[in-house]
Amino acid sequence: RAKPRVGTFRYMTNGLGLYSRPFIESFEETPMLVAVLTYMGYGILTIFGYLRDFLRDWKIERCHVAREREEQRDFVPLYQDFENFYTRNLYMRIRDSWNRPICSVPGAKVDLVERVSPDYNWTFDYTGKVVEGVINMGSYNYLGFAENTGYCADASAEVTMKYGVGVASTRQEMGNLDRHEEMEELVAKFLGVESAMAFGMGFATNSMNIPALTGKGCLILSDELNHASLVLGARLSGSTIRVFKHNNMQSLEKMLRDAIVHGQPRTHRPWKKILILVEGIYSMEGSIVRLPEVIALKKRYRAYLYLDEAHSIGALGPGGRGVVDYFGLDPRDVDVMMGTFTKSFGAAGGYIGGRKELLEYLRSHSHSAVYAASMSPPVVEQIIASMKCIMGEDGTTLGRDRVQQLAENTLYFRRRLTEMGFIIYGNNDSPVVPMMLYMPAKIGAFGREMLKRNIGVVVVGFPATPIIESRARFCISAAHTKDMLDTALSVISEVGDLLQVKYSRHKRLIYDQIQD
Amino acid sequence: MGSPQVVRVGNNTSARLILNTWPLVCAPAYHLVLEGILILWIIRLLFSKTYKLQERSDLTEKEKEDLIEEWQPEPLVPPMSKDHPSLNYDIVTGPPSHKIIVNGKECINFASFNFLGFLDNERVKQKALTSLRRYGVGTCGPRGFYGTFDVHLELEDRLAKFMKTEEAIIYSYGFATIASAIPAYSKRGDIVFVDEAACFSIQKGLQASRSFIKYFKHNDMEDLERLLKEQEIEDQRNPRKARVTRRFIIVEGLYINTADVCPLPDLVKLKYKYKVRIFLEESMSFGVLGEHGRGVTEHFGVNIDDIDLISANMENAVASIGGFCCGRSFVIDHQRLSGQGYCFSASLPPMLAAAAIEALNIMEEDPEIFAILREKCKHVHKALQESPGVKVIGEAYAPALHLQLERSSGSRDTDVKMLRSIVDYCLERQIALTLARYLDKEERFLPPPSIRVVVTIEQTEEDIEKAASCIREAALAILK
Repeated sequence: RAKPRVGTFRYMTNGLGLYSRPFIESFEETPMLVAVLTYMGYGILTIFGYLRDFLRDWKIERCHVAREREEQRDFVPLYQDFENFYTRNLYMRIRDSWNRPICSVPGAKVDLVERVSPDYNWTFDYTGKVVEGVINMGSYNYLGFAENTGYCADASAEVTMKYGVGVASTRQEMGNLDRHEEMEELVAKFLGVESAMAFGMGFATNSMNIPALTGKGCLILSDELNHASLVLGARLSGSTIRVFKHNNMQSLEKMLRDAIVHGQPRTHRPWKKILILVEGIYSMEGSIVRLPEVIALKKRYRAYLYLDEAHSIGALGPGGRGVVDYFGLDPRDVDVMMGTFTKSFGAAGGYIGGRKELLEYLRSHSHSAVYAASMSPPVVEQIIASMKCIMGEDGTTLGRDRVQQLAENTLYFRRRLTEMGFIIYGNNDSPVVPMMLYMPAKIGAFGREMLKRNIGVVVVGFPATPIIESRARFCISAAHTKDMLDTALSVISEVGDLLQVKYSRHKRLIYDQIQD
Repeated sequence: MGSPQVVRVGNNTSARLILNTWPLVCAPAYHLVLEGILILWIIRLLFSKTYKLQERSDLTEKEKEDLIEEWQPEPLVPPMSKDHPSLNYDIVTGPPSHKIIVNGKECINFASFNFLGFLDNERVKQKALTSLRRYGVGTCGPRGFYGTFDVHLELEDRLAKFMKTEEAIIYSYGFATIASAIPAYSKRGDIVFVDEAACFSIQKGLQASRSFIKYFKHNDMEDLERLLKEQEIEDQRNPRKARVTRRFIIVEGLYINTADVCPLPDLVKLKYKYKVRIFLEESMSFGVLGEHGRGVTEHFGVNIDDIDLISANMENAVASIGGFCCGRSFVIDHQRLSGQGYCFSASLPPMLAAAAIEALNIMEEDPEIFAILREKCKHVHKALQESPGVKVIGEAYAPALHLQLERSSGSRDTDVKMLRSIVDYCLERQIALTLARYLDKEERFLPPPSIRVVVTIEQTEEDIEKAASCIREAALAILK
C-alpha cells in the first residue's frame, strides 16, 4: 500500500454542521531533517545488506538462511532473492521486537517468556525464566475482558465442561448450536440492528462476506488505509475497486459523482451498486472515520456503507456501542455493520449486523456458513457474558465503568504524551495511540529499551506503514490503572529522551475546538 | 558570418541582448525553422486541455445532476424466498457429541466430523479448562503483537514432531489455512495444477493468488501428465520465462467432495519428472489414514520430505478449531511473514490449542484407534451398499461418505428435496444425518447433491445397523 503523503497538521473542521461533538485529529508533518536522516538510514542499511549478501554468497559469513533440498535444487526457486532482501537484512536485525511469547493472561500486566539469541536473531533460545509483571501496552484489550477469573471466565468454564471445545461441523450442516442463535440475538440487540450473524474469525468475516455482497459490475470505494482483510474481500469479490484518500470526504464525493455520472469504464453502463468500505478506527493511524459525512454522502448518492468496527466496537461511545454511538447516529443508517470480538470482548471471531433481509441472504450465501466450522462454545459463552456485562444486563455497572475508564485513560495518556513533545497521530478519542519514531534503528531500540524497563510495546515499520513513518503503537485498556499509566509515561519519557524521539515542534499545544 | 564585434557597451541590457542574439541570426535557416516549430508545438501543448480517459467533458453540471438523480442501484441483497432450503438451520441443543439433540429430538450423530470422538473426551475438556483458568479465552492480538502464547509454540512443536517434519505453523481458522498458504507462495504468473474436486477453500486460495489455474480430471494422472507435457512444450518456447515461473500441484489426501484418496506415489513421480511442487491438503485424512494417523503419506509410505507443504484443519479428527501447515522450514517459515491469515488475524485462543495438544497426546498414546476407525468405516460402507435407489460414494476406509441418488430426476432442486426428505425421515427415527452443503453459484465444479454420512469411533454395531436400516426404509418409502 503506497502512501506518498506526508502528514499535515490541521485543525479539524466540523464539516457542514453534521457533528454533534468536536472532532479533533492531528497528523503532524514529518520534520525535514528527520525525513532526510531516515532515508539515509535506510540507504546505509541497504548497502550493508548487499555487503552481507555478498559475504554470504562467497561463504565468508555463515549462512543461517534455510536452503532448498538437494533433490530439488534444479526446481524453479520458490522465492526470488530480492523478495526476501528486506526480510534477510533489515527485519532480521530487529526481529526480537515481534512475536514475543507470553505465558499469562494478556491483561494490563503480562508475563513474557524470556528469550535470548546467540546469533543475532536468527534463532532464539528460551532461558526458562519468565519476565513477570510487564505492563502491557500492546494487546488489544480495550475493555479489560482478557481475564481468567470473574463472571465471564466462570461462564466459559462451565460451558467448556458441558459442551466441549469443538463443533466439527459447519453452520448449515450440524454445527448450529442454540448458543449461537442466542449470541446472535444478543449481538443484534447490542448494536441496535435487526439481526446479526457471527463467524469464527474476524479476518475471514471480511474476506468471505464481501464477495457474497458484491460481484462483477459493482463498484467498491475503499479507503486508502483499509485493513488487509477488507482489501482481500474486495479483491475476491471481482468488483471494480477504487481507492479514495484516507478519511478525505472530498475525494470520496468526487469518486461517487464520477462513478454515477460516467458508469462502468469503457461501456458506460450504470453500476449495479456502489459499496463504500470504511473502518471505525484505523489501527495504524489512530484516526476515526468521519461517519456523519460518510452517511450524508451515502444517502445523497444512494451508495451502501460497510463499516468495519474491528477496533471501535466496545472502545468508543458512551455505551461502548462503537463509532455509531460515538457520533450519536442511527445504526440503521449503516447498511452493513461488521466488527470483531477479539479486541473488546476478549474472545475470537467476527460478526455482521444489519437488516433482516441482509442477514437472511448471508445465512444462506456466506462462504463461512457453508464451508467453515462454526464457533467454539466457550468462545460463544465469553461473548455472551462480556456483552451482557457491557450492556449492564448482568446487574452490575462494571461494563459502564470500564467504558468510562477507557475514555478517561485515553484522554489522559494522549494529553500527557503530547505535552512531553512526542508526535502522536490520530483522533483525540481513539484508544489506539501511534507515536512516531521514523528512523529504522529507533524501532528496534525503542522496543528493547522499553522491555528492559518492564513495559511491553508494539513497534511497527515497513510494510505495515510507509517506509519513513515507522511508529510505536500503544493500545490503552480500561484495565490500566492511573499508576500503571503514570509509570509507563515516565518510562516513555525517559526512553524518548535517550533516543531523541521527541520530535514535535508544537509542545504544550492548545487545540482549537470548533463546535457545532 | 564571423564573430560578433567586440563593443564595449557597459551594463546595457538591451545591447547585451542584441549581442547574445547575434548567433541566432547567423544560424542556418532550417535550424531556425525547426526550433520555431518546436517552440510553437510546446506552447500549443501547454495550453491545450488535458486528456482524461474517464471524463466526458461534454456534460454540463445540470446533466450530471440529472444522471445522479436518476441512478437507481440494485438492492444490497436480492430478495430471498421464505422456504429457501439453506435458510432454516437445524438447531442443536446441547453438546454436538455422539448422542446429539437435533430440533429437540435426541439422535445418534452421523453428521459431525468427530472421527476420533474427541468432542466429548473428558481429558480434552479438562485440559481446555486448565488452560482457560490460566490464560482466559481470547488472545487479544495477532501472533506478532503479544498474541504468541507458549501453548502455540508447544502445539507447533508437537505437530511438527507428530508429522515428522521440521516445522509447523498454526492458524486460527480451518478454512483460512490453505486459503492463506497458497497465495503466500504462488503469485501472478505462476502455474497451479489442481484437481477438479478440490474443496472451496483451495478455490478461494487460488483466486486470491491470481495465478494461472489448470484443472485436471479428478484423480486422472494421465490428464495431469498431458497438462504437464503441454506446459513443458510451452516452456521450451520461452525458456527465460520458464526459469522464473513456479509450478505447483494441489491435491487433497482424502477429498471431502468425493471421499476417495489421491494417488500420491504417482504424483511424487510426476513431481520429479516435471519439476513441480506438491501441496497436499489433508483435512479429512489427518488422524484417519496411516498406521499412526499421520495421513496419506503414511498410508502410502511416501517420504514426507517429498511433499512440499501439508496443510490440514484441526476441526475434524482433532475436534478443536483452527488449522496447521507443516513441512520443511525452508517452506513453512515464509508463511510467518506472508500468510495473510497468520499475520493479520488474532491467534488461536489458547484453550483450543491446549485441547489440540491433548488430542495429539491421545493419538500418540493409543494408535489402535485408527485401526478401529477403519474397521467401522468398512462396516458402514458395507451396510449402506444394500440401500435401493441410493449409491455410496467413497472409499471403504473413508470416514465421510456421500449417498447420492442412483438416478437423478433431472433437476437439482428436486434431487435436493428428495434427499432432504430422506434426512428428515431419518431424523424422525433418531438418526442425525445432513445434506452436504455447497454454494451452488460459486463452486467451479458443483458436485451432485448428496447426503453426508460420517463414521465416528463412538458408533456401535447396533447404531450402524439402525442407521443402515433406517436409510434403507427411507429410500424405499421416498424414492418409489
